[in-house]
Amino acid sequence: MINVQLLQRSGLGPVSFTVGDSECLAITGPSGAGKSLLLRAIVDLDPNTGEVSTAQLTRSETAATDWRKHVALLPSETGWWLDKVGDHFVNPIGIAEHLPDIGLSRDAMNWDVSRLSSGERHRLGLLRCLEKLPKVLLLDEPTAALDADTRLMVEALLRGLMEEGITILLVTHDPDQPARMGCKTMRIENGQVAV
Amino acid sequence: MSDYVSLTYLDLVFASSFLVLNGALSLWLKLGLERKLAIASARMIVQLLLVGLLLKSLFAVVSPLLTALVAVAMIFLAGREVWARQERKLSGLWGFSLGTGAMIFSGVTITVIALTTQIQPNPWWTPRFALPLFGMILGNSMTGISLSLDTLNTAANRERSAIEAQLLLGRTKWEAMRPFTRRALRTGFMPIINSMAATGIVSLPGMMTGQILSGVDPTEAVKYQLLVMFLIGGSTGLGVLMAVLGSVYRLTDVRHRLRLDRLSAHK
Repeated sequence: MINVQLLQRSGLGPVSFTVGDSECLAITGPSGAGKSLLLRAIVDLDPNTGEVSTAQLTRSETAATDWRKHVALLPSETGWWLDKVGDHFVNPIGIAEHLPDIGLSRDAMNWDVSRLSSGERHRLGLLRCLEKLPKVLLLDEPTAALDADTRLMVEALLRGLMEEGITILLVTHDPDQPARMGCKTMRIENGQVAV
Repeated sequence: MSDYVSLTYLDLVFASSFLVLNGALSLWLKLGLERKLAIASARMIVQLLLVGLLLKSLFAVVSPLLTALVAVAMIFLAGREVWARQERKLSGLWGFSLGTGAMIFSGVTITVIALTTQIQPNPWWTPRFALPLFGMILGNSMTGISLSLDTLNTAANRERSAIEAQLLLGRTKWEAMRPFTRRALRTGFMPIINSMAATGIVSLPGMMTGQILSGVDPTEAVKYQLLVMFLIGGSTGLGVLMAVLGSVYRLTDVRHRLRLDRLSAHK
């Protein structure tokens, strides 16, 4: 569950909404409308006002470092700071068995980051943030760079997470994705929720 | 000092002709350096001539107030230089005061300690000892600090997604900035480490050469050079560390965010 109240920052809001356990909210709208800004504000990566809470934690009472493990964001551009893929994971060996589930080779942990395609970066970035066992997952265009088959694999993984009780917020430009994922939708235009 | 050879201004004109040749080469090869070269050498000529006159009168007067005034002016000029040498800098007052503050802390402390405990002129602030020593310490700290801040600010800006990726995994701002903090510190330390390693083999340090040319016994000149290198190394290290940690502090906030909005835009 995630409850967002009067969240506001430059270029966005105020925005309020609630998404329950095992539920998914697809955020749609034109480019530059403030969808990514909304996700960044929820994880407190940019200065903002308002309150966000989950069933367990309230943002204003939680250290930012703990909050971001609890409510994880996968940005549209994933960042890497070491040379090898596996060095970015806490448990690269344990992760390896999940790699085929999303269309990646088992030895992806030994790859060089510089050789990753944007689709590979994104899927590996998703696995990396799942390692922290977040309760809420914010995904910024998680399947944008993927072919149709791989996209279905990633969506299946995400639906599996929802069955475990995880709440998902998803920015997407794919008009059929909300229906495939069983998501409600919320449209954002010019930084405001469009009704 | 019997074998001291006084230079005439004509000697200097002759020596400068090689620099003029470099300017001509730059024009010919379209390197675009001739303007910078001309401005830098003109600045050097005017600055050094003026400082020669200034020092001559200061040494004659031996006034604590005037000595302190000159030291303060040196600090501000060095601070401005650190500020100007960064491509991206902290906006507002921070941009100037961080580098300047680090230089004041490390440079002044070390110069005062060196004067009062090692060189011990009487009085300890005698301008003939204090000002050249402070100048050398300040000049080297200035280079180190401006290099390290430039490296840090550029990296923070360019590696935004890498830094934020770490923050998003629940790491602290210090952890997320660590690779770039380390790179900045390394860059700041590099000139002094390189010059310590090469000194005496590849080149004789300028100060020591100057002393030897003006007739001082080489072993005495070496002792002074070592003292100065130790002081320079110490103050550069302290200054660089302070400036970089201060900059990391300012580029992030209590909620472990990367605050690139506090960095001024690229010129």
